[in-house]
Amino acid sequence: MAYEVNGKTVEHDEEGYITNLSDWSKELAEVIAKEENIDMTDEHWEVVNFLREYYDEYQIAPAIRVLVKAMKKKFGPEKGNNKYLYELFPYGPAKQACKIAGLPKPTGCV
Amino acid sequence: MSEGVKKFLYVNRKAPHGTIYALEALEVVLIGAAFEQDVSLAFLDDGVFQLVKGWDTSELGSKNFQPTYTALGDYDISKVFVERESLEERGLTEADLLELTYEDEDDDWAEKSSIRVVSREEMAEIMAENDVILSF
Amino acid sequence: MAMLHIVNKSPYETGTLESCLNHAREGDTVLLIEDAVYAAMKGGRAANALSAAKGVKFAALSADLKARGIGEDRIVEGTAVVDYGGFVDLVVANDKTQSWL
Repeated sequence: MAYEVNGKTVEHDEEGYITNLSDWSKELAEVIAKEENIDMTDEHWEVVNFLREYYDEYQIAPAIRVLVKAMKKKFGPEKGNNKYLYELFPYGPAKQACKIAGLPKPTGCV
Repeated sequence: MSEGVKKFLYVNRKAPHGTIYALEALEVVLIGAAFEQDVSLAFLDDGVFQLVKGWDTSELGSKNFQPTYTALGDYDISKVFVERESLEERGLTEADLLELTYEDEDDDWAEKSSIRVVSREEMAEIMAENDVILSF
Repeated sequence: MAMLHIVNKSPYETGTLESCLNHAREGDTVLLIEDAVYAAMKGGRAANALSAAKGVKFAALSADLKARGIGEDRIVEGTAVVDYGGFVDLVVANDKTQSWL
């Protein structure tokens, strides 16, 4: 199973998470987003970039509860809440946004 | 303590890289944190080596999961007990350990240290006080 | 609030039993299984540690003793020999269990 980006193939698992985290690129994110029926806006990118920074610092994709809390701390309560995040990523912000961000499935996401 | 909340103690007694126990324990702790129980971590025997800062696993070719310990505070885990005798036997002091912090909700989100160095006797008491003990 | 401690490593190979005994409290029981049953043999260095642990009860699993050729006459005094049913009884009789890996 693989995504096609600019003629390159990028392997992913049965749920669509990429196998090799270093394969990620902005173009790949757009491709994954399209498969998830998401039109990437600045707001989507803000969350995706935030997740990548979180992973970079802690080496884990945060559980949704932790993502909400961390978003609230950085961007304030308008963005650090479940409703806002679910509007951007209807099938689960931690799950969908992590997939687009090229991260593994969130730890604590059963 | 509200009903249905149990006190869970995760006991860590293995060094970080020789076996998979340390990493597995950390993952179980993070997954278990979603169930909103009262969670504490204990580090004793070679388990104290897990918290010695400054890992560089690049030449091992394995993931450096040390930064993940510092996310424990985000997961509302604020009680990390480290046994003093285990540190001393290994020539370690608290200064060798990672800084682990949490934000205290009851104190205007002040950042506080999660690490509490306790004696062997206190560690035995902590084990006795908890409802469920998971050993790694 | 008694605890059942389960140890499965030989005391001559690892410090697991020693660490367990350092944390066991009065009224607790230590169950020796697998290679830990060697700790209960009379005359061994580990047997002294067992007798020194005051207020702690000891049990050893019969299947593991038998498999290793350790007759009950070789077991240090005060250590109960239990079968799998006795193992279950010990789990039930204590408030919680800790496996010393």
